[in-house]
Amino acid sequence: MEVLDLARWQFGITTVYHFLMVPLTIGLSLLVAGMQTAWVRTDNPRYLRMTRFWGNLLLINFAMGVVTGIVQEFQFGMAWSEYSRFVGDVFGAPLAMEGLVAFFVESTFLGLWMFGWDRLPRRVHLACVWAFSLASVASAYFILSANSWMQHPVGVELVDGRPRLTSIWALLGNSTVLAAFPHTILGAFAVAATFLVGIGAWRLWKSRDGQDVWRASVRLGAWAGVVAFAGLGITGDLQGKLMFEQQPMKMASTEALCHTEQPASLSVFAIGDVSSPDCENVKSITVPALLSFLAKGDFHSEVTGVQDLVKQYQEKYGTNYPVDPRLGELSGKPIDYVPNLPVTYWGFRLMIGLGALGTSGGLAILWLTRRGRVPRSVWFPRTALAAIAMPFLANSFGWLFTEMGRQPFVVAPNPSGVDGVWMFTARAVSGLSVGEVLTSLIALTLVYGVLAVLEVTLIRRYVRKGLPEDEPAEEKPADDLTFAY
Amino acid sequence: METFWFVAIATLWLGYLFLEGFDFGVGMLLRVLGRTESERGAMLTTIGPVWDGNEVWLIVAAGATFAAFPGWYASLFSAAYLLMLLILLGLIGRGVALEWRGKVDSDRWRARWDAVNGVGSLVATLGVGLLLSWNILGIPLDASGNRVGSPSAVLRWDTAVGALMFTGFALVHGAVFVSLKTDGVLRRRAHRFALGCLPWGLVPLLALVLVAQLREGFTWTWLPALAVPLAAAAAWWRLRAGAEGQAFALLGLTLAAAAVTLFGALYPNVLPSTVDAANSLTVQGAASSPYTLKVMTWLAAFGLPAVLVYQGWTYWVFRKRVVT
Ligand code: HDD
Ligand code: HEM
Ligand code: HEM
Repeated sequence: MEVLDLARWQFGITTVYHFLMVPLTIGLSLLVAGMQTAWVRTDNPRYLRMTRFWGNLLLINFAMGVVTGIVQEFQFGMAWSEYSRFVGDVFGAPLAMEGLVAFFVESTFLGLWMFGWDRLPRRVHLACVWAFSLASVASAYFILSANSWMQHPVGVELVDGRPRLTSIWALLGNSTVLAAFPHTILGAFAVAATFLVGIGAWRLWKSRDGQDVWRASVRLGAWAGVVAFAGLGITGDLQGKLMFEQQPMKMASTEALCHTEQPASLSVFAIGDVSSPDCENVKSITVPALLSFLAKGDFHSEVTGVQDLVKQYQEKYGTNYPVDPRLGELSGKPIDYVPNLPVTYWGFRLMIGLGALGTSGGLAILWLTRRGRVPRSVWFPRTALAAIAMPFLANSFGWLFTEMGRQPFVVAPNPSGVDGVWMFTARAVSGLSVGEVLTSLIALTLVYGVLAVLEVTLIRRYVRKGLPEDEPAEEKPADDLTFAY
Repeated sequence: METFWFVAIATLWLGYLFLEGFDFGVGMLLRVLGRTESERGAMLTTIGPVWDGNEVWLIVAAGATFAAFPGWYASLFSAAYLLMLLILLGLIGRGVALEWRGKVDSDRWRARWDAVNGVGSLVATLGVGLLLSWNILGIPLDASGNRVGSPSAVLRWDTAVGALMFTGFALVHGAVFVSLKTDGVLRRRAHRFALGCLPWGLVPLLALVLVAQLREGFTWTWLPALAVPLAAAAAWWRLRAGAEGQAFALLGLTLAAAAVTLFGALYPNVLPSTVDAANSLTVQGAASSPYTLKVMTWLAAFGLPAVLVYQGWTYWVFRKRVVT
């Protein structure tokens, strides 16, 4: 094992893990803010009970989002110090903005919301939950601009071999982030919506009390889900068009498109080994010309295949890694420009497939619960609960293919940008010993594993208990402590 | 501009040590001062609404260092890799302990998380203390800013003085905070503890200040260096008089004087190399481009005052003493 591989595993594991909490926090906080708004406006206690129930789940999850986020913040310096030196001038700014503009607001107003039920006027208290949820959306924007810059570097010049920021507005207005941000936020809604539907359906089916609360939750979730999943398709299509321009290799590997085609057909499903870039032994079910549409918006454009792209990349970025002891085993070796094809190919299909499933599931739920109906079959709560996993998986697959499709670059070259602003992942890693990275990889994985078990246990216990005993904090200030500590 | 950002980052660290100092102190003292379940609950309620906001000071300190001095960020955290891991594990344990302890109504469950909180806070304070001492007194760095030698190369006896500096401060600060924010028996117990602990708790901090001053200090940094014991003595005196609020502020002053000395002595380096002074990272050498610093300055000019206002407002909303 090399430090590079270990550091990549560590980054992958910790980031995918962080991104299990993130979409739930973002989506649920906005929905809870909506519930509380409904309560403040209508005074209907049903909405207050919804707010309290889902708000508590949000808090359980938020704790994990925070502690795993701190690891992310330091990880760039710890394990990717060469990367940090290379991009620091550009990349640090959005990260600092995220902290200063978003995290401060998020954490402070969450504290006020949690402990302020009986201390703040109703409307001020409501404003706190909005401040918190909008700040979590803002944090997503900043971090995604940082990430988008790695996918598509803009707004820089090259000075002494390093990118130097020339325009922060170009970075924040990167076409890549403009597309990735709505897509990611909708993905977060999809997660929270399915969460509402799954848990709500189970309680609706099971409990006698609070039927109105559970019904409202399920229907809210189903509506939000249908909108989110549909929006994901639209924004995803935009991203696909950008990807075709900005990272043609990722596009080709996503389709495992080995040879250039015109018009290019979209592969729906493949049997055989997609991992070889010459496509032997692959039988694939395809829809003619659809890939051209995904990439360019018409049915006749040419889409370049992996093999032709490899030649172009070799011409532009070299055939071999430089001889440099810091590259370890890779020093002087040929550069493999083809990302991990099974991951990109299947990751993309699973993301979209699960999305399509989500839309139909949401519609089905709306139909089944129309006009006060409650399905009596055990399959109703069972499927709904199982469905909770689906958007989590879709999100993870989305990131896996986005990030691994960028390999072997950590900063992917921008075909129409400044020459020389790109970096191989192999060059990005810190000069650490294998022992150090192995220690942290094992320690973090173990701790994260234990925490995952605890989080799921806590959520299950809490959901089993059903609605929080009773009513507004205003009458029972002591209740405040059970809401918090 | 570079110097301004050096001062800004020192300020962020100061804010972090001051604010999280009492959170960590409360965490470590849970089982010492809180004899009953409701006392421990009360202690946690004093920091409940604010601890996460306090922790963001650390996140912003790191983020701002990344943006303003990428080389500093990269060299320090990769050289101190395992120490960083310990700090992170401590913070993880402490964070979930705070948020999850009340989520199951069982004494055993709460007792476990309180233990995790205590250990997590202890580990985090030891780690941060050591990290800052390494930063001030130097790390073996080569010309490209990487650590020379194995993970243990960063360990040296003289940097060990700093290991306890944050732990000791946090214990004192936490106890004063509890006596400031609670009432009754708990308040008296915390007060007594703080009085007894203060003279000892601040010794490591003073020791680090002296070592840094003698090694790298300037003439002008004697001024804040001497202010450290004076402010600490004043804090003790005010505390004995029962003026908890003033004692709390004076502890802040002690910390501020220490930070001015330490970072003052560090200047114009940001991270000294113990191998060869030429390898040290300096304020000029490690800084980002003027444009990036300008962007950051605008950001801080609007951002930081706003943060101070709404965080201050939080403390005001929760100004009432917590009763058990
Ligand atoms: C699209 C959204 C998104 C993405 C891609 C990331 N995060 Fe995150 N992060 C959030 C969205 C978010 C959030 C919604 O704002 C969180 C999640 C739960 C929470 O408490 O806030 C958060 C928490 C969070 C925290 C704790 C904040 C606190 O104490 O309140 C830190 C330090 C980070 N993140 C840092 C990172 C870094 C360095 C990332 C890059 C690898 C990263 N996050 C990816
Ligand atoms: C939260 C959503 C994200 C997920 C799930 C995710 C996932 C991943 C994964 C799986 C890898 C490893 C790829 C490989 O080794 O082949 C990776 C690499 C990386 N990602 Fe992300 N990523 C996310 C967001 C981000 C963001 C927002 C940034 C930057 C701000 C970022 C920066 C990086 C870096 C620096 C690497 C380098 C290591 C490497 O390429 O192996 N990622 N990410
Ligand atoms: C319905 C059809 C969908 C399409 C056409 C689609 C398309 C895309 C594309 C093209 C990208 C890659 C962007 C790039 O690499 O530049 C992407 C990324 C991603 N997708 Fe989807 N997607 C769909 C559904 C979903 C669903 C249902 C989810 C989650 C619930 C999801 C979550 C993500 C995430 C988290 C990323 C990575 C982050 C980003 O670049 O925004 N997608 N998607």
